[in-house]
Amino acid sequence: MKYAISDALIITKRQLMLLVRVPEVLIFSTIQPVMFVLLFRYVFGGSITSGQPGGYVQFLMPGIFVQTVAFTLAGTASGVAEDMTKGLIDRYRSLPIARSALVFGKTLGDSALNIVVLLVMGLAGFIVGWRPHSGFLKLLFAFIFLLAFGYSLSWIGIFVGLTARDARVVQNVSFLVTFPLTFLSNAFAPTTGMPRPLQYFAEWNPVSTMVAATRQLFGLTNKFGVTAGSYPSQHPMVMSLVYMVVVMAIFVPLSVRTYNNSAKKK
Amino acid sequence: MKSVLAEHLIKTYRKGHVRALDDLSLDVEEGTVLSVLGPNGAGKTTVVRILATLLAPDSGHATVGGINVIEHPEKVREIIGLSGQYAAVDETLTGWDNLVMFGRLYHLNQKQAVTRANELLERFSLTDSARRPIKTYSGGMRRRLDLAASLIVKPKILFLDEPTTGLDPRGRQEMWEVIEELVKGGVTLLLTTQYLEEADQLADDIVVIDRGKVIARGTSDALKRQVGGEQLEVVVDQHNIQATVEIVARVSGAKPSIDEGLRQISAPVSSGAAALIEVLRSMDSAGIHPLDIALKRPSLDDVFMSLTGHVAESGPEVEEPKKRGGRKS
Repeated sequence: MKYAISDALIITKRQLMLLVRVPEVLIFSTIQPVMFVLLFRYVFGGSITSGQPGGYVQFLMPGIFVQTVAFTLAGTASGVAEDMTKGLIDRYRSLPIARSALVFGKTLGDSALNIVVLLVMGLAGFIVGWRPHSGFLKLLFAFIFLLAFGYSLSWIGIFVGLTARDARVVQNVSFLVTFPLTFLSNAFAPTTGMPRPLQYFAEWNPVSTMVAATRQLFGLTNKFGVTAGSYPSQHPMVMSLVYMVVVMAIFVPLSVRTYNNSAKKK
Repeated sequence: MKSVLAEHLIKTYRKGHVRALDDLSLDVEEGTVLSVLGPNGAGKTTVVRILATLLAPDSGHATVGGINVIEHPEKVREIIGLSGQYAAVDETLTGWDNLVMFGRLYHLNQKQAVTRANELLERFSLTDSARRPIKTYSGGMRRRLDLAASLIVKPKILFLDEPTTGLDPRGRQEMWEVIEELVKGGVTLLLTTQYLEEADQLADDIVVIDRGKVIARGTSDALKRQVGGEQLEVVVDQHNIQATVEIVARVSGAKPSIDEGLRQISAPVSSGAAALIEVLRSMDSAGIHPLDIALKRPSLDDVFMSLTGHVAESGPEVEEPKKRGGRKS
């Protein structure tokens, strides 16, 4: 269908207009990560031995970035769930547009929102002393990598949003998933201090591989925070890419199909 | 030509436990208005969703504008407009934003979409609030905007699912005016409602459905006739009741029923206004002054009650004086 792409971009534009019409959205999607930056930088940071030249804040910021994009899942999911309950999804489905347009448009829109959020977080990090040394290109690449991670997660969000019965439940469910994933990882502290089974989990955790990949791109020496020697800790970029591809391979077709049949559940 | 045709639609939910549509058939002649009337849960929304290609029936056949909705849903979507029970617009965006966005999704270019949005806002008296987010709109304004969004490409066939549910009387009146105007413009309309008054006001034809089945069909007048003719009601002073009953009985030919508390005498009449005049003349020459006199036609309420049997416990002959006041003649 020749309109498939332009239709998707119109939906993307709708997501972005939200930023203009309701600036609070941006404030609330950045306020929590900013609080995390302050909390870990100034409260816990002093007690965490990161072994990182340049201080804990260099170690922390990649974790914060990954955590921020990981919350895309919840954002996409609750947005979709809200459209479902308000009947907007029905309206879209009654329009002569490509059936894939809405879901692609939504995921792209949420990624566009992530660009803005990451810029704000980067600025906040810079203020508290974060200084990446790897050069502009690697920095840019790191942000693209983060956006790709957020994009793949928003496909899970579409699926969760379409299948949930209530927008409030979606928030809670997404939180229950993303919260342990971000904390049982190397995002805030080296995994060396964890009990053995937890270390194992943390090393394979996609959040950890993403954090490690980001640290690598920022030029950090202690990218994983452990010396475990497991495959993900040795090749975090490859492993992260594998995770993204797997997520997309499962959730893109699943979400598109669920969207097409979404009226079947009453 | 039939603009909308549904034949033997069956739709069940929860693995067959809930039968939303039970062999339902209906059709809408081009350029006319059909109202699907029924209580909550009768299957009204399910019919609309099937015809608007949002839902596939378990079995049965349906065409809209001559196009099979199951085989070519994408072609059907190009010629229909749908406005659902909830105002399906983005609340955080402004009215203008919404209409332009939907216009773009109907593949108008930016300039056309803007022109059309302005036209529709003007036509639905929303120009003043065009730049405000929808969440600041009243219920009636939201519905009008939702309707406007379904009219962007001037659909030939329009589905309105309970367009006035939840609106206050003023909002309802405004919505009716808008709908009447659309119908004058020649659109074919299928409208669902639980308000008998609404069906009476807007529809050429009415299909009454209950529990997924069509239980009656016809014009508003035909349905009313099906229930019975007109009823003459006279209210007089206490001491005149007996004399009046005699007059009414003679004109009507039937035994009048008497409500002592309201001092009201009523009886079915076949000759309508002529019977009314005759009763008045007789009362005048007998020196009886009526406190109130009226000729009541059965309302669609009566039709609906007698068809669905939802008032079966009280029975059709049992007088329900308290309900009288609420009926419209």
